[in-house]
Amino acid sequence: MSTPLLEVDDVTVAYGDLPALRGLSVRVAEGETLAVIGANGAGKSTLLKTIAGLLRPQRGDVRLDGTSLDGVPAHVRVARGIAMSPEGRRLFPSLTVEDNLRVGGHARRPGPWDLARVYDLFPLVSERRARPAANLSGGEQQAVAIGRALMANPRLLLLDEVSLGLAPVVVAQLYAALPRITEQGTTVLVVEQDVNQALAVASRVQCLLEGRTVLEAAAADVDHAQLAAAYFGVEAR
Amino acid sequence: MTRVEPAARGAGQDAVPPSAGSGGVRVRRSGPAAWIGGGVLVVAVAVLAYLPYVSSRGTQIDLVGLFSLIVLGTMWNLLAGYGGMVSIGQQAWIGLGGYGLVYLAGTLGLDPFVSIPLAALACGLVAWATSYLAFRLSGGYFAIGTWVIAEVVRLLVIQVDEVGAGSGASLTAFSGIDPQYRIAYVYWVALGVAVVVVLAVYLLMRSRIGLALTAIRDEPTAAGSSGVPVTRAKRLVFVLAAVGCGLAGAVIVANTLRVQPGSIFSVDYSATMIFIVVIGGLGTIEGPIIGAVVYYLLQDGLADLGNWYLVVVGVIAIAVTLLAPKGLWGLTRGRLSVFPTGYRVGRGT
Amino acid sequence: MTWVNAVVQGILLGGLYALVAAGLSLMFGVMRIVNLAHGVLAIGAAYLALEVADRLGWHPFLSLLVVVPVMAAVGYVLQRGLLDRALRGGELAPLLVTFGLAIVLQNLLLEQFSADAQRLDVGSLGTASIRVTDGLSIGWFPLLSAVVGLLVVAGLGQFLARTRTGRAMRATSDDQEAARLMGIDNRRLYAIATAIALGTVAVAGVFLGSRTTFDPGAGATTLIFAFEAVVIGGLGSLWGTLAGGVVLGVAQTVGAAIDPAYGILAGHLVFLVVLAVRPRGLLPAAVAR
Repeated sequence: MSTPLLEVDDVTVAYGDLPALRGLSVRVAEGETLAVIGANGAGKSTLLKTIAGLLRPQRGDVRLDGTSLDGVPAHVRVARGIAMSPEGRRLFPSLTVEDNLRVGGHARRPGPWDLARVYDLFPLVSERRARPAANLSGGEQQAVAIGRALMANPRLLLLDEVSLGLAPVVVAQLYAALPRITEQGTTVLVVEQDVNQALAVASRVQCLLEGRTVLEAAAADVDHAQLAAAYFGVEAR
Repeated sequence: MTRVEPAARGAGQDAVPPSAGSGGVRVRRSGPAAWIGGGVLVVAVAVLAYLPYVSSRGTQIDLVGLFSLIVLGTMWNLLAGYGGMVSIGQQAWIGLGGYGLVYLAGTLGLDPFVSIPLAALACGLVAWATSYLAFRLSGGYFAIGTWVIAEVVRLLVIQVDEVGAGSGASLTAFSGIDPQYRIAYVYWVALGVAVVVVLAVYLLMRSRIGLALTAIRDEPTAAGSSGVPVTRAKRLVFVLAAVGCGLAGAVIVANTLRVQPGSIFSVDYSATMIFIVVIGGLGTIEGPIIGAVVYYLLQDGLADLGNWYLVVVGVIAIAVTLLAPKGLWGLTRGRLSVFPTGYRVGRGT
Repeated sequence: MTWVNAVVQGILLGGLYALVAAGLSLMFGVMRIVNLAHGVLAIGAAYLALEVADRLGWHPFLSLLVVVPVMAAVGYVLQRGLLDRALRGGELAPLLVTFGLAIVLQNLLLEQFSADAQRLDVGSLGTASIRVTDGLSIGWFPLLSAVVGLLVVAGLGQFLARTRTGRAMRATSDDQEAARLMGIDNRRLYAIATAIALGTVAVAGVFLGSRTTFDPGAGATTLIFAFEAVVIGGLGSLWGTLAGGVVLGVAQTVGAAIDPAYGILAGHLVFLVVLAVRPRGLLPAAVAR
């Protein structure tokens, strides 16, 4: 088997004495879309922050293309091709939509995405380009956040809780854009609480519970009863 | 099973039951160190109180300087260490306290020893009024705002001819008292002020307000939304710190018999206070006392250095802030606590 | 005519105050650092210009070619060496460190240059003026310093609005962690911001030192005036700082026209009134931070 694009190898991350990831391993192959699902506090966001370089694992290693990212700061990881749309969007409220997108391209990585392509992907964002990001609706903010991450032309796109606080119809619209992202060859790691949405877009799912993997399967073969049991941490019979 | 035992009687007694805990945990405020430390302190104060009978006038005048430093350090620590407010304008209240004494005792002819607390109360009143302006700023801007207020106070005071306008004034109210007695009286007043101020801060920090202040310092927004009256507690601290600095200012003038606007309103006082608190240990009651003693000793030792003296003081303050933010007292790592304001959890017996 | 004259001189003085305040505003905007050494650094730059003028015989304005890069380099090193560490030490640490720095610098200047008042000599420019009417003439030097203040404020505004680095600074100011996720090296950015701030401080110091005499203790009033301009104008707004500088300048010159002893006091009082009536300043930034 060839080297996966991303390898999270036996990683432990703790906040103080409280472990959020307990020896977790995740592998994502180039071009694949992996959905990591799990209940609140399963460690999903911690996993993404660790990959992005905001948190440092106490144990284990994160590798991109087989190269360890240990000690590589977050801003350098962006230059190496890891971009993230963080939980809660985290747009820059005093900047216009367009400036938010430009900041996303700060690392100046070459690739298919630029302002025009992002506006083409999310036409609504294009209409709002001159507005301060603080004045957008939740769905619009999420679209800008995804577009902003794309501006970095990532090899690996991390999407954290795209559906959080949004109406289902808006979530569906956002996820409808995902195939146009993956067809550029971009590898995607989505973290979701909305299991159905995750199964619809991903090729593979991995379910976390209390910082460990409890289920791993191809999206097409997932047994829903088994998944529900894994999600809530009860024994499936 | 939770077992709670009062650790001791008297000052260290009020153990508070923890709401939850595993077997054999007890919560206490003071340990044996506090008792020994407290004892040492009582003896030290007693010895200091006896000193005028056996020491020279020069020593007493010197020590009044030390007591003022302790008061100033304790007040700045109350503001910054407990209230989270960095002020570089406390010289406003030092100056107003000093000038208040000169005005009340000199111009109005009140008894000088009554004038000292009265001048300090006046400082508190003015501080209460100005807090409504200063509290519109926060963080570093609050710091400079307090400085502007101090400048305004200075510029207004030097307009007053009764207290000598720009050239300052002498305190003549003591002229009826034999110098030997006067120096001893001022010494006792200064010692008394230092003891009262330290004890007052100690008791304040053990009260509910102290708890609220700790909450504010650690997380102002959360404390505000959890029902702690943030602004009221901070205003109280601001006013108390002004009263304390006013006392110190009055004591300084009673000691030197001379008030001069350029020096009593000097921002160097703020530098001194910050140094004392930072080197001793921010957010502890013991810290400013230790810091004041260190500063006092350095002052004597480094007096020949001239301007280099303040360079050294500044460099030490920066180094301590960055490298040992808990100061000298922090080096004991909480093993010692003469004034236990917090709670300690340990294995029960 | 004295009143018109006082107002005109105040407006010009305000441009100089905006020049002094711009760096303070920038450092606060990007890093939330209130640099209490700001005033002393400006005075330090004036002494540096004095040394250059003395040793090389250069005009003070020509000395900017040396003073600005040196101060910018000092800013870069200061941020990397001291202030980055201080930022990690909690809310009080940057204040304590910059105040300590102010004390250290002021006393080093005293040691090196004594407390004697000095002045940068700009030659005939210092006295030349355009006579408008009988009671009103505009000095070339105040006019020049106001124009430079305006240009520095406008230049900083354009830099923040239009350049990649300026955008990154605004983003970092909004949300430092999110900015790191965009590939922004916030520590390098901070060092650049402090370097730019001290570059403007250098210009401000040379103009301050050419306008009146200065001594090592002059940093205190310099800091206070810069701070008053920033707060009167509204935190986080560069154009507000310019407006604040003008309000402060006019208050001082009009106050001094009433009685020379009231100039500074009038400035402080106007500041306190603005604080009481419009605590967010005259031109607050559009987005509350």
